[in-house]
Amino acid sequence: MVEHRPMLTLITHIVLISGVIMIALPIWITFVAASHDEVRMTQAPIPMMPGSHFWQNFKRTLFGSGLSGNEITPVWWMLLNSLVMALSIATGKIAISLLSAFAIVYFKFPFRMGFFWMIFLTLMLPVEVRILPTFEVVANLGLLNSYWGLSIPLIASATATFMFRQVFLTISDEMLESARIDGAGPMRFFWDILLPLSRTNIAALFVILFIYGWNQYLWPLLITTDSDMTTIVVSIKQMLEAAEQSPQWNIIMMTAMLAMVPPILVVIAMQKLFVQGLTETDK
Amino acid sequence: MLKHVHFNKILLPLFLVFPQIMVTLIFFMWPAGQALYQSFLIEDAFGLSSEFVWFENFQLLFDDQIYLQTFWRTAVFSTLVAGLAMSIALVLAGFAERVIKGRGAYRTLLIWPYAVAPVLAGALWVFMFNPTLGIFPFLLEKIDIDWNHYLNGGQAMGLVVAAAAWKQIAYNFLFYLAAMQSIPKSVIEASAIDGAGPMRRFWTITFPLVSPTTFFLLVINIVYAFFDTFGIIHAVTQGGPANATTILVYKVYNDGFVGLDLGGSAAQSVVLMFIVIIMTVVQFRYVEKKVEY
Amino acid sequence: MANIKLNNLTKSYGQTEVLHQINGEIEHGEFIVIVGPSGCGKSTLLRMVAGLETVTAGQVSIGDKIINDLEPADRDIAMVFQNYALYPHMTVEQNMAYGLKIRKLPKTEIRRRVNEAADILEIGDYLKRKPRQLSGGQRQRVAMGRAIVRDPQVFLFDEPLSNLDAKLRVQMRLEIRKLQRRLGVTSIYVTHDQVEAMTLGDRLMVLNDGVVEQFGTPIEVYEKPASVFVAGFIGSPSMNFISAIAKNGTLELGNGVILASNIIASGPIILGIRPEHLVPKRGGMLKMDVDLPEQLGASTLIHGCISGLDTPFTASLNGIQTAVSGDLLEFDVPTHQIHIFSAETGNRIS
Repeated sequence: MVEHRPMLTLITHIVLISGVIMIALPIWITFVAASHDEVRMTQAPIPMMPGSHFWQNFKRTLFGSGLSGNEITPVWWMLLNSLVMALSIATGKIAISLLSAFAIVYFKFPFRMGFFWMIFLTLMLPVEVRILPTFEVVANLGLLNSYWGLSIPLIASATATFMFRQVFLTISDEMLESARIDGAGPMRFFWDILLPLSRTNIAALFVILFIYGWNQYLWPLLITTDSDMTTIVVSIKQMLEAAEQSPQWNIIMMTAMLAMVPPILVVIAMQKLFVQGLTETDK
Repeated sequence: MLKHVHFNKILLPLFLVFPQIMVTLIFFMWPAGQALYQSFLIEDAFGLSSEFVWFENFQLLFDDQIYLQTFWRTAVFSTLVAGLAMSIALVLAGFAERVIKGRGAYRTLLIWPYAVAPVLAGALWVFMFNPTLGIFPFLLEKIDIDWNHYLNGGQAMGLVVAAAAWKQIAYNFLFYLAAMQSIPKSVIEASAIDGAGPMRRFWTITFPLVSPTTFFLLVINIVYAFFDTFGIIHAVTQGGPANATTILVYKVYNDGFVGLDLGGSAAQSVVLMFIVIIMTVVQFRYVEKKVEY
Repeated sequence: MANIKLNNLTKSYGQTEVLHQINGEIEHGEFIVIVGPSGCGKSTLLRMVAGLETVTAGQVSIGDKIINDLEPADRDIAMVFQNYALYPHMTVEQNMAYGLKIRKLPKTEIRRRVNEAADILEIGDYLKRKPRQLSGGQRQRVAMGRAIVRDPQVFLFDEPLSNLDAKLRVQMRLEIRKLQRRLGVTSIYVTHDQVEAMTLGDRLMVLNDGVVEQFGTPIEVYEKPASVFVAGFIGSPSMNFISAIAKNGTLELGNGVILASNIIASGPIILGIRPEHLVPKRGGMLKMDVDLPEQLGASTLIHGCISGLDTPFTASLNGIQTAVSGDLLEFDVPTHQIHIFSAETGNRIS
């Protein structure tokens, strides 16, 4: 379009850049804090430019000497816990949702609608609403302080099922008919035709669920009391508490960076897929 | 709902839904039922016996000034978070829509917070606003504002609102941008020919046409403010000072796990459940009936 | 006076030039149709006049004022889009009033104009409805109503009938023509349909690959096409083309047939003859092997090829004629109906 509004273009970029700064500022400050030595970090105000201790702090945090005075688990172990939890939740959710959506959409069987509504109900029961009783159940099953306990209670959620249901509904009937004519049974159809067609949705959903799983806080907080099952996200809180007594902000912030970077990388690397999945899932 | 062409087997689908139904029953339905049941009980101090008291827990709850204040506080909190996060996102998306080259770069730079856990967001903000070391208190001091959110309830609330909104802006931004990009270009061009300048085009054409998204985001943001912000509160203020930042979900945790008041906490859970149900129903009603322009 | 001048208009996207030095002058009140195949640049040209695309080189003027740098809002034009581009969240009435409200016209004036336009277009009953409640044809009329109320200097139409079914298209075609005649507003209409072009335009601008092949009245374009492209594009069924050599005032076809001609040039040429101009005659010069007849009722199209050559050939005969594959038909070719084009440039010689 023919437009002569240089003022507006300028304002546009100023606003957008301010937005970026506002968004990036906390992360920048964290990065800066993670790169200084602890002495500097006890002087007000905190620095705004990076220091020279980044790699030093990195090694120290990752491999465990961590906050002095705490015999906590090395951070790399916590990262591992987070990774296991996130991957289990993401793959678990996707797997069982695929199966359920497939069953509900493609089969006529008793209680079909009953199951559907049951799954729907889970949308209305986020973990924060049922923490105590769920905790009890998990404790009774002896799953406290285990990877199973961390992941399974979070696996059955309706959003993934609904999304796959939507995807399946838009796949044409002719697909199934020609597969049948070709002699394919239901599981064959599922494996050879349905899955490949849903590939992009699965990938996008994986990004979203991985981040969801990695960033879990309340649930892991409650059910892991063993310090070697702590996830990195939960450990931040513990460190903040320790900060009251002996503030070692550089280590704390380095840990925060380590906790943030994997999901951020995943988001940026899979940005296109992720945005597509996000705007299509939650509808 | 059901594909017109379908299979007629029975055992197989039952096997297929089994995992999800099992997890749902064990970890969702049963605990929800437990919470419901427990909300009708009062346990004695030693947890040895319990008494069925019908709605007494609920009555106590709604008679409790503190609980009602928490309710009000949560409403204020979520309105602020939703309002802030949505309006900033709308403005950013509106401007980003005008940029042709570099729109992708802006988008990449603006979506990071989505990947940051709420508790981490809280940690970052509390660090920035640390009364002794933080950069912002330092600057605020220069204009004579004394910052200490450990003492000042209003400041504590402000801090958690900021941290919560900061995180949610990215999500809202993505949705708004997608919605704006799906408006047919010719409609915008028609309004330009009709004489509308960029500002007027935005308010009279773009904004009304993304109203389905606005509604959708409103529900999402409020649910977020009600529940997902637990981590932020826990990291930043632990509900303090003096309950200034205790919102409903935090109270459930606090009373239940820390205060060990199982009945009261269960009753609060049930109340929260109702709130979620209402919001989810509203959202689904609206989304299903989505106005097709 | 809303005359439009296009002066050496050029448009490039990056390194690719899509419109090459378009020139043309449109009189006040004229209805010009820009016609051409997909991708020839006609919509781009229209959008440049509208201000929706920037001008790379050259000038556009309306009423002798160069408007290159004016925003669409300031050009006093109105446009009807292919997909109508109605504001989905506003009623028909609000859609039409939008532009007038922006220009701060008094409410009474707005109401008057809207009602007047609604009367002309017979959409008075739908004023309170939203676009999604209307059919394609109704939406189209609302789009036109929105343009009329503005009382602009120029109307621009970007393939407005393409999304309508065939019958509606014919009906709307007539309505648009009558409307323009009545309002007398200078109009530019873009289409790829040569029938629409022929019936609507005072003059046609035939565009091909970003170049104006011819700019003339429908009759001119039909009777004296300036190039092989125009000759083949205008007229349905399309013109037959036969390669030939011109020498000594005659035209020699590949199969030995020699046609008399008053041509002066010599060398390879392309001979064009319209299917409807062939005169069936026993012993005629042009012989054709029949492949397939198409019965249209009012006429019959006979498809085949020239005897002795591989050149495909079509003849159009009145009424219902029988012909069978393998038949031999003979035609005379009136000299004044033969079009001769240079084999090299495609341009008209005679």
